[in-house]
Amino acid sequence: MTTETLIWLIPLPPILAFFLIVLFTNKNKALSHTVAIGAAGLSWLGAMIVFVRAIGTPELGKVPFASAINWIPTADTWLKIGVLIDPLSAVVLFFVAWTVLMIFIYSVGYHNYGQPAGDHDHPGLPPHGATVEENGHKHTVLSIEPMYSRFFAFISLFAFGMLTLVLSDNLLTLFVGWEIMGLCSYLLIGFWYAKPSARNAAVKAFMTTRIGDVFMLLGIAFLYSATGTLSFREIFTTNTLHVLATVSTPVFGLSAAGLIGLLLFIGTVGKSAQWPLHVWLPDAMEGPTPVSAMIHAATMVSAGVYMVIRMFPLLSLDPHTMTIVAFIGAFTALFAATIAVAQNDIKRVLAYSTISQLGYMIAALGTGAYVAAAFHLVTHAFFKALLFLGSGSVIHGMEHGVLHTGNHEVDAQDMFNMGGLRKKMPITFWTFLIGGFALSGFPLITAGFWSKDEIFSSAFGTGHMAVFITLAVAAFLTAFYTMRQITLTFLGEPRTKEAEHAQETPWTMTLPLVVLSVFAIGFGWVGIPDDFLGLHLPASWFHEFVGSTLAVMPEAAPFSWIVLGTSLVVALGGLFFGWLVYRNVQTPAQDKLQIPVLKNKWYFDEIYDVVFIKPAIWFSEVFVSLWMDKGAIDGFLHLFGKVTISIGSTIRNYFDLPVINRFFGDGTANVTQWGAKKLRLIQSGRIQQYMLVSLVVILALAGLLFYLLRLA
Amino acid sequence: MIPLSWYLILSAALFSVGLFGVLARKNAIAILLGVELMLNAVNINLVAFWRYGDVSLMAGQVFAIIVFAVAAAEVAVGLALVISVYRRRNTVIADEIDLLKW
Repeated sequence: MTTETLIWLIPLPPILAFFLIVLFTNKNKALSHTVAIGAAGLSWLGAMIVFVRAIGTPELGKVPFASAINWIPTADTWLKIGVLIDPLSAVVLFFVAWTVLMIFIYSVGYHNYGQPAGDHDHPGLPPHGATVEENGHKHTVLSIEPMYSRFFAFISLFAFGMLTLVLSDNLLTLFVGWEIMGLCSYLLIGFWYAKPSARNAAVKAFMTTRIGDVFMLLGIAFLYSATGTLSFREIFTTNTLHVLATVSTPVFGLSAAGLIGLLLFIGTVGKSAQWPLHVWLPDAMEGPTPVSAMIHAATMVSAGVYMVIRMFPLLSLDPHTMTIVAFIGAFTALFAATIAVAQNDIKRVLAYSTISQLGYMIAALGTGAYVAAAFHLVTHAFFKALLFLGSGSVIHGMEHGVLHTGNHEVDAQDMFNMGGLRKKMPITFWTFLIGGFALSGFPLITAGFWSKDEIFSSAFGTGHMAVFITLAVAAFLTAFYTMRQITLTFLGEPRTKEAEHAQETPWTMTLPLVVLSVFAIGFGWVGIPDDFLGLHLPASWFHEFVGSTLAVMPEAAPFSWIVLGTSLVVALGGLFFGWLVYRNVQTPAQDKLQIPVLKNKWYFDEIYDVVFIKPAIWFSEVFVSLWMDKGAIDGFLHLFGKVTISIGSTIRNYFDLPVINRFFGDGTANVTQWGAKKLRLIQSGRIQQYMLVSLVVILALAGLLFYLLRLA
Repeated sequence: MIPLSWYLILSAALFSVGLFGVLARKNAIAILLGVELMLNAVNINLVAFWRYGDVSLMAGQVFAIIVFAVAAAEVAVGLALVISVYRRRNTVIADEIDLLKW
């Protein structure tokens, strides 16, 4: 099989699995997860073969694996559908395939496969536990998710969307995959749809990303009208880029390239939850944990960053756009990190951390660090998926403890209810520690250190000092809140009975953790810069490989002791302070950083509520419904009705009734009746009278005839 | 030869007698008799015109014979009706048999 054919086939198993599960196997939970994982496995296998062939192909950047067919006819050209594997999409495909497969396997354990059905479980609500009798005494255990098959159907569709997006060679099919994921994220966040908070979060996520998507679609439309093509390889030719860079637009004096780049970037702001459209992502934690990992690590948010990295040749044409991108990214990185410090929900901390790390990538891209952004995208996907799955494992263990004590008041996601879990859940602890250290950028060992270091070097090397300092502060906070999380969750002694009875999760959940932690460490080593510490190491494989995607190989930022020093100080300092401050904290009241403004996420939800949501509701309820619809439109219709009725009744009263009814109708009837009454009297029944009348008439006629004939 | 007008005058006189009988008599049978007189007045006319016109054309005589036949049938029906009415209403006065009125 040629590589191109194989690439075409990669996204197909998950979509087939989706239809199979929805149509046929949804009654059988074991068959459903077998189908879904089998499909993910097939895609994974295809992706690995393609990846191996890709790294074995010299000059892949110049001659990528590409194949396209005509899809939709337009006036004189075709919109094409096609696949493209160049170095960038190869590495993205690599991490997507791995994380997706791991998340699928993890979901089996997370949704309690093999456990009994719950006592009072209801579709649309998380399982509440089942009572089992063992050796004569009853106790409560975790129960299986009622909508188990449905979950696997959704994540299969989600995987299809992501693979389509990664493999597509044009913006149109990329956008299709993008929107499929948008739909799936809505369905999955609202998976437990009987919870009002999940429903609201689903709607919020869908609406917020929709804002970005509309702008992105505008950008795509503008790009198509300007160049006549949406294919990456056709856009990124010297001529086309030159035209786009020189054509000016009426908006802010930007060039066409700048405006298109900005519009596409707004799409990313929505999808990758950058400020100011970040608000949906923390609420998306209402979904099941594998969904969080899918949305926040492997797929959807990465898709946003992947898209801007993909469009980098276009974006980099306009310095204004690049400045905006760098600013938004750096600001988001710091802003989200400050919020993460004050969150108590284990998943919410990670959600804000994700926003912050995505900000890093965006900021890196804004400073022109193409490779660094891609590098951090990949490493972040691995360690953040690991952290999310780890947090899911923790919650799962805590839920076990909650069921054991029967005290459902205890929030299984609140870190202040945990503590000391390292002894109860050792695999989860060690893998979480690896993920957390990678996120913090623990020096030399972890992947996060190398990718973050490269971003720092680029920002420093290109002279973006403001970005560099902002990111450094954010990195300090990142290490701080990560250590806070680890300390509160795993270290110390259990703070509740539930934490004492927490239990390690089944192998289906711990296996993905172990696999992902291998990447969370090892993947960083492929991107060690060649001049690190002033040594002469072999050239960074990742830089050489991904850098070749661009027409001109980007320069690696030079090694700097200042950067390395900063990197070390913020990572180690943050970790140390995080441990120092929180090692003895027992309750939220002792936590000095529970500042209301941070706790309440800088009041962005409240501000948006006042600025956008309330006016929108007012607009729809009062302006549109009450004034426009009920007032103007209904008013006009009612007026029209009244006028018509009055015209009708006038005609009826002054024309129909007197003229038609009385005069013509009743009048002729009366005349006829009156005449008939009079005339009928001549029918006397007397034969001789008739004959006499006949005689008279005949005589009269004869006389008349005689008279007339004589005249003639 | 007697001129045609004599026949016509006779016929007219007979017709008038019959008409008077029909209009003036009360007895239904007498009215029927008047009718017969009027029919025969017509017959006289038919035969007279035949005799004074083209003799080879037989229409006048044929009509006269048809009128005889019709008259005979009519009298038979008429008398039967009168007898029937008499049996039911015990009268043959035409003015009293006025069932067919408004």
